[in-house]
Amino acid sequence: MRNQPSISWPASDFSRIPFAAYCDPAVYEEEQERIFRGPTWNYLALEAELPDEGDFLSTKVGETPVVVCRDSDGVLHAFVNRCMHRGMLLCRERQGNSENFICPYHQWTYDLTGQLRAVPFPRGVNGEGGLPEDFDRGKIHLQELKVEKFKGVIFGTFSDATEPLIDYLGPEVVYEIERLFHKPIRILGYQRQRIFGNWKLYNDNVRDPNHGGLLHMFHATFGLYRLSQKGGAKLDARGRHNITWNSLGTDDEKTTSEGYEGTKKVYKPKFSLNDMSILQNRTEHPDDVTLVILSVFPNVVFQQIANSLCTRQIRSEGTDRMELYWTYYGYADDDEEMTRHRLDQANLVGPGGLISMEDGEAVELVQVAIQREQDKHAMVEIGGTGKIETQKSLVTEVPIRGFYSYYCELMGFPTGTEAAAE
Amino acid sequence: MSDAEVRDAINDLMADYCHYIDDDRLEEWLDFFTEDCEYKILSRENEESDLPLELLSCRNKNMLRDRILSLREANIYNIHFDKHVLGAVRILGKENGGYRVQANYSLYQSNQDGVSELFSVGTYRDLITFAAGKPQFKQKIAVADTFGIPRLLSTPI
Repeated sequence: MRNQPSISWPASDFSRIPFAAYCDPAVYEEEQERIFRGPTWNYLALEAELPDEGDFLSTKVGETPVVVCRDSDGVLHAFVNRCMHRGMLLCRERQGNSENFICPYHQWTYDLTGQLRAVPFPRGVNGEGGLPEDFDRGKIHLQELKVEKFKGVIFGTFSDATEPLIDYLGPEVVYEIERLFHKPIRILGYQRQRIFGNWKLYNDNVRDPNHGGLLHMFHATFGLYRLSQKGGAKLDARGRHNITWNSLGTDDEKTTSEGYEGTKKVYKPKFSLNDMSILQNRTEHPDDVTLVILSVFPNVVFQQIANSLCTRQIRSEGTDRMELYWTYYGYADDDEEMTRHRLDQANLVGPGGLISMEDGEAVELVQVAIQREQDKHAMVEIGGTGKIETQKSLVTEVPIRGFYSYYCELMGFPTGTEAAAE
Repeated sequence: MSDAEVRDAINDLMADYCHYIDDDRLEEWLDFFTEDCEYKILSRENEESDLPLELLSCRNKNMLRDRILSLREANIYNIHFDKHVLGAVRILGKENGGYRVQANYSLYQSNQDGVSELFSVGTYRDLITFAAGKPQFKQKIAVADTFGIPRLLSTPI
């Protein structure tokens, strides 16, 4: 039996989050096993990044380096990026094309299915040295993750107990992925952001529609996303995934100025840009949804902000560090002008995003402030307590409680342990 | 202008560009750009893979003005001082009526506790044009080796 990290989840509706969950190294270690290597589907890559046989790329599942490749039959594989011999990182390139993987240390060679094919000097030299008689090359295979894909999005799991991907995502998420990937895509490029905070703080951030219209003043000011607009948060049946959505231009001056009263810095009705083209939404869907932030437990966010499309992969690096790995794409049939528009709108998000640059800062400032408050709790009550369900307003943080309900289930944390929390 | 005058003017512009950012004179800093300027921060990773995505891009001076406006009025970012260290300026040759110029940079950020960290290292690949003897950037392109952006990218590189 493991030693249970001693953290307290006093509220059975997850309206209190112990700060220790973001700081305790023992919790972090367990997460790598129970969350990232547990019965979850982790985002690995997009198929458009691996169009040809022999294409490979390096990625992460939590903190584990993983290599994804397409073999000579076109089948996708994912392996722990580690040679079975002495544990060296097998593939050092970020992306490329190869017929095999050769470990730089001792030249052990694996094919694209992960099977060991060759070891130099197997019989030694002049009958001396080399592999033992009973060494069976055929039994040595890279540690493989199970891979499934949906609409060109590649997920992997370490666990045999994980339900099929389609069931794991659930109909709400399936609908959104089908919408975002409704035709072939083209990769536009990557951005990387080093965030000095716990990986769950970022998961909280994207499950918190309430902050979008308050922290991100650019958003509110220019009307791309205001809490007074039509929108909400759709949860899957288990509350572990979330879809924050809204529709541009569905609020009026009165609701907006009343709602933002006293926050004059956030909503500035007289403020306008010199070049408004960056804010323009070119309709691509039959619906009027202009913003989708789809968060899939535990490591990915899919984004539509107007015409800016990307995935954001969360890569944990210890209790207080993470990398956010942004993959931007457009559709394969975009003309040059549409591609330019998407690239312009890439300025809205990412580490230098006019809207989103604040998130990296917010996460770090929470991490700094809670370090010595590990017996205390975050309060999550906006949108109501109790039942965790789909929200019809953006003034809510209920999806955060959904995340922790599933998190605690996987971590085996007892909840509702105290009558009241600080 | 003589070659020496051109060289001096280009060197002064490159130096002023950095010092105006470090001194937080961003509104005046805008005067270093032509109206049809391009200002871009590129990730070396994308650049080497021929991927078009920028880390930050302004395709004209109005978009650059909006960046500064947004920094002043809307964005919340880490409170810091910038300090550029500019390497030797190379004038690579004439191009499209201007001069193609290259220089390496290091950009340090210092926080409110006086702790300094390297924020970005990379190369400027600029196109500088002259009007009435005054040099301006028609293109200012910073290719960042530091494409893993620490925290966030707020003030210009």
